[in-house]
Amino acid sequence: MPEYYRQYTVTPAPSRIVILFGQEAPNGHRELGSAVALGAREPSGLSTRGLTKSFGGPPVVKDMEFELLPGEVHAIVGENGAGKSTFLKLLAGVHPPDAGQVAVDGVPVDIGNPTIARSLGISLIFQEPTLFPDLSVAENIFMGNHPVGRPLPFVGWQRMRAQAAELLESIGARVDPSQPVGELSVAEQQLVEIATALSHRARFVLMDEPTASLTPREVERLFAIIRDLTVRGTAVVFVNHRLEEVFAIADRITIMRDGVKVGTWGVRDITRDEVVRRMVGRELGEAPARPIASPGEVALEIEGLTSPGVFRDVSLSVRRGEIVALAGLVGAGRTEVARAVFGIDPFERGTIRLFGRPVRFRSPREALRHGLAYLPEDRQHQGLILPMSVAHNISLTVLDQLSRAGWLHRRRERELAQEQVQRLRVKANSVSQPAQSLSGGNQQKVLVGKFLVTQPKVLILDEPTRGVDVGAKAEIHRLIGELAEQGIAVLMISSDLPEVLALADRVVVMRDGRVAGELSRSEMSEEAIMHLAVGSDGRAAV
Amino acid sequence: MLKERMRELVQHNAYELLLVILLAGSMAFSASLSPYFLTVTTLFDMTSQFMEIGLMSLAMTLVIILGQIDLSVASILALVGVVLGLLNEGGVALGFAIPAVLALATLLGLVNGWLAVTFRLPALVVTLGTMALYRGIGQILLGDRSTYGFPGWFVSIDFRYIPGTPVPLPLVIFATFAVLFYVLLHRTTFGRLVYAVGSNAEACRFSGIAVDRLQVLVFGLSGLMAGIAGLMMTSRFASARWDMANGLELDVITTVVLGGTSIFGGRGTIVGTVLALFVMGTLRYGMGLANVLPQNQSVVIGLLLIVAIFVPEAWRAWRARSRRRAQKGGEARAEVARDSAG
Repeated sequence: MPEYYRQYTVTPAPSRIVILFGQEAPNGHRELGSAVALGAREPSGLSTRGLTKSFGGPPVVKDMEFELLPGEVHAIVGENGAGKSTFLKLLAGVHPPDAGQVAVDGVPVDIGNPTIARSLGISLIFQEPTLFPDLSVAENIFMGNHPVGRPLPFVGWQRMRAQAAELLESIGARVDPSQPVGELSVAEQQLVEIATALSHRARFVLMDEPTASLTPREVERLFAIIRDLTVRGTAVVFVNHRLEEVFAIADRITIMRDGVKVGTWGVRDITRDEVVRRMVGRELGEAPARPIASPGEVALEIEGLTSPGVFRDVSLSVRRGEIVALAGLVGAGRTEVARAVFGIDPFERGTIRLFGRPVRFRSPREALRHGLAYLPEDRQHQGLILPMSVAHNISLTVLDQLSRAGWLHRRRERELAQEQVQRLRVKANSVSQPAQSLSGGNQQKVLVGKFLVTQPKVLILDEPTRGVDVGAKAEIHRLIGELAEQGIAVLMISSDLPEVLALADRVVVMRDGRVAGELSRSEMSEEAIMHLAVGSDGRAAV
Repeated sequence: MLKERMRELVQHNAYELLLVILLAGSMAFSASLSPYFLTVTTLFDMTSQFMEIGLMSLAMTLVIILGQIDLSVASILALVGVVLGLLNEGGVALGFAIPAVLALATLLGLVNGWLAVTFRLPALVVTLGTMALYRGIGQILLGDRSTYGFPGWFVSIDFRYIPGTPVPLPLVIFATFAVLFYVLLHRTTFGRLVYAVGSNAEACRFSGIAVDRLQVLVFGLSGLMAGIAGLMMTSRFASARWDMANGLELDVITTVVLGGTSIFGGRGTIVGTVLALFVMGTLRYGMGLANVLPQNQSVVIGLLLIVAIFVPEAWRAWRARSRRRAQKGGEARAEVARDSAG
């Protein structure tokens, strides 16, 4: 029997005394003679008092009072910059707090570094998994914690793989322990991180936006695992932007704003609207669906586009002034279609027409010259050059137009950038500020500006609001609407269903590399889209 | 006002200022080693010793900002000397031979870039190969002899001065190219693209930039500058051998890295490279004057290379940390201000 299991088979309620005897554990191991009595050690769980942290300036986290009970899922919500991630890092020993106290089971502890946090049973899982891509799953799980043989201190590879398999099985993850982590999807990598936490016998698992890059199905699976963990008495802190998910999984919600706790509520004692209001300090409401556009001529037409093994027979069209959403699960081939159209990847057959003229771009350069722009989903690697200034990023696509005989007109470059910054309401002190110093939402606006200056007639947006806070999201939505009104044909790849419903005139749903169906505004609903995305039998054919 | 301008100047050019201090230090060091060092003629004449390194460093700055490296420059230099000597021996007028070898040098550079781009190989591997290849071709062509017999107007460029001044011609040529490269890197779209591609080639591709073409061109430029350096060195020695300038590529790379160009690409300046060139040159020349043994010179240069890699990175890390701190403070202050206003 794995040891982590024995230690944490406790029930959620700390006041009850529960005796578990000979219980059949979910991983199939017979648990013998394990008796856990709770209630004797009260209070149990993790708590903080007056926790404060600043990085030179005013506090980023201030007087934080927080309580995490065994077996609960405690969501922390707040806008970007509210101090959620910093708070988690204080608990995990990444940063030392300036003031305040952390207590585990009522005993004050000093979490000076991540190793101490780990020994106290606290594990932090970052938004982007921080694993070693070239090492196997098993090696990652036991990194720094390898089972070592006796008498010779060699790594026990077989034992390690067996233990890894056991841990993975216990959370229902179908991952091969000897596979290199780099070959796994983000969702699978997260499972590996959870298994790692379990191998450290984590009692408190802190998750920073774990669902940001997962598909709805993967989110469901993660939630099942979280519920399973809580049944075993593990407490989970769950930081997230998506309120639907928070309400689906959390027992309690703590709202943070500007580094200060606004309050903690039981999930049944607060409505979604109220959470949003308290998060932002203003009423946002659900984005109203934009009025149906009266679309013009067909701008982009894709017919029978095929790239073997990636996508097949994809046909769709976008008219001027229209917003067409391309929905589907991650891996359905949406981004791949966009990349083929934009000239990044080749395709085998099919035709692409731009305003009736057949085109086949061999490079993004050609596509941009013909008025087709694609905003990549990966802002940091494909979208922006983060160390360069806002102005230099915006001008990158039109340097030819800003120069004469190769000589760069730096004043015109500046003016162009300032124009875009104002138009897109980018919050930046100056256009010479490096792009990496902006928040995610403002970076996304710079990305939009960078391609708008090419004066595109067709705009393909790939996940335009991923990782963007609520306020900036609304602004980007308004902007996309404005662009369509100006006659730009917009094809928007989005996994955010409320976003699709709020913006799209039509939605094309892809599944398994093919178009699964198309829905008009009147037919659109989250259920209808998901139905097409996962298939009529309810199973995703991946 | 003036004070503020000064502070800004210091903050933006702190690393360059550090190099200036280093230069003063190495001059003082050299002067203390030899009483002959600190005279106007010595100071000017010594520059001719490292102007070839300088010419190649200018193009290498672009190569390294691009995130690449070119190990073949000294081999191109030698091959240019060899081919020029053979053409001269064969009776070809230098007026034709010089453009021909410069075209050859450019071509050799373009081949480097083309190989790296076409086969998606790191430039380190490609130019490690061509470094041996180009020098090997030179050895096959000329064998183990020297070629000389160049016309009088071509040789001893380092003994020609701007009339009435102690300024030698190699320094003038280098200064001209330094200005050209400064303009190219800091004032043209070409230079901007070098920085952009060096920072994030993937994003550049998505922005419709011909990344591969740019890389091939920069390697061609590196070849051309090695060719010009080859002409200069052949003129100085009035002869050429297949093994001339052996190992000089390391001095070139050391110069560029000491000049604050990041070996990871995306950052670097021509001013930094020029300053670093003079720091290195001064040190070497001073040590030579003082009869410091070659192996001891190597120790000093080796230490300098390590410092060259360590100091800029440590400096940047320190800057980034203090900037982050200032920024966090600023953001939080802004939030507080917004809250109290709202």
